[in-house]
Amino acid sequence: MMLGNCATSSSLSTESDEDIVNNNLTVLVVDDSPMIRKLHDMHLKKFGLKVQVAENGKNAVDLFRSGASFNLILMDKEMPIMDGAEVTKELRTMGVTSMIVGVTSLDSIFDRQAFMEAGLDHCFTKPLTTENIIFLLQELNKKNNEEN
Amino acid sequence: MNIVNQLQRQFIDFSTSLHREGFVDDQFTQLQKLQDENSPDFVVEVVSLFFEDCEKLINNMARALEQTQGVDFKQVDASVHQLKGSSSSIGAMRVKNACISFRSFCEAQNREGCLRCLQQVTHEYSLLKNKLQTLFTLEQQILAAGGSIPVVD
Repeated sequence: MMLGNCATSSSLSTESDEDIVNNNLTVLVVDDSPMIRKLHDMHLKKFGLKVQVAENGKNAVDLFRSGASFNLILMDKEMPIMDGAEVTKELRTMGVTSMIVGVTSLDSIFDRQAFMEAGLDHCFTKPLTTENIIFLLQELNKKNNEEN
Repeated sequence: MNIVNQLQRQFIDFSTSLHREGFVDDQFTQLQKLQDENSPDFVVEVVSLFFEDCEKLINNMARALEQTQGVDFKQVDASVHQLKGSSSSIGAMRVKNACISFRSFCEAQNREGCLRCLQQVTHEYSLLKNKLQTLFTLEQQILAAGGSIPVVD
């Protein structure tokens, strides 16, 4: 788990985009904005990812409690009922080891650091870019290779 | 120049002006690039959701600023922050910039300043809505005339 990684990540390897597309990775997008859910859903599907969306943190936790699992969770911070930091802490307490990535428009470094410390692997500023997704897919491939 | 070429030229010029005048930034171009033949209405749908968000959040800000008992600036700021996030996500640059100014007045707990910013945000939202409706109308006209929508980088 890396702390303080709340900038845009631009360390791309020489792996081509074609190598990254068409994988079987699953993603859960947790955001209370229908617009953001639709945007992320479309963007991620362009990379061949299987996407599910959750409208709020409680729905995300319930999904995991019902046995669902995902390679990657994209987590908004500001949500009703449970905010992104609370959801992240809860998922980590439940033993969820998926990559959890914050996607937030939080300005203050202090707030972003607090969000990271809830258990995020990375944190990006909204909007999520193609470069961010490529970076995450590379990290996921690395993680899968380490685990196998 | 036939009708399709004329419409395409109009579309390119209008698109270029939206960027030049700061209504939209590169994020909007990225949004347009996500649209494909399987989701031909993607941009219109996302923009519609954005405008629904705008209306809801602007109403929230207005209600919070009307409170005569004392304005809850944190509540106003929360709505502005949300609008800033959505506007930057679709590339609505002028709306986003209006939100940035708005937040500094919320922080200063300056009601008059906030009211002026609310007016500015509302104005920018209305302008953008009209501009994008014109853009989408041009797209429909090009498609109806049998042409394809030019990609404007």
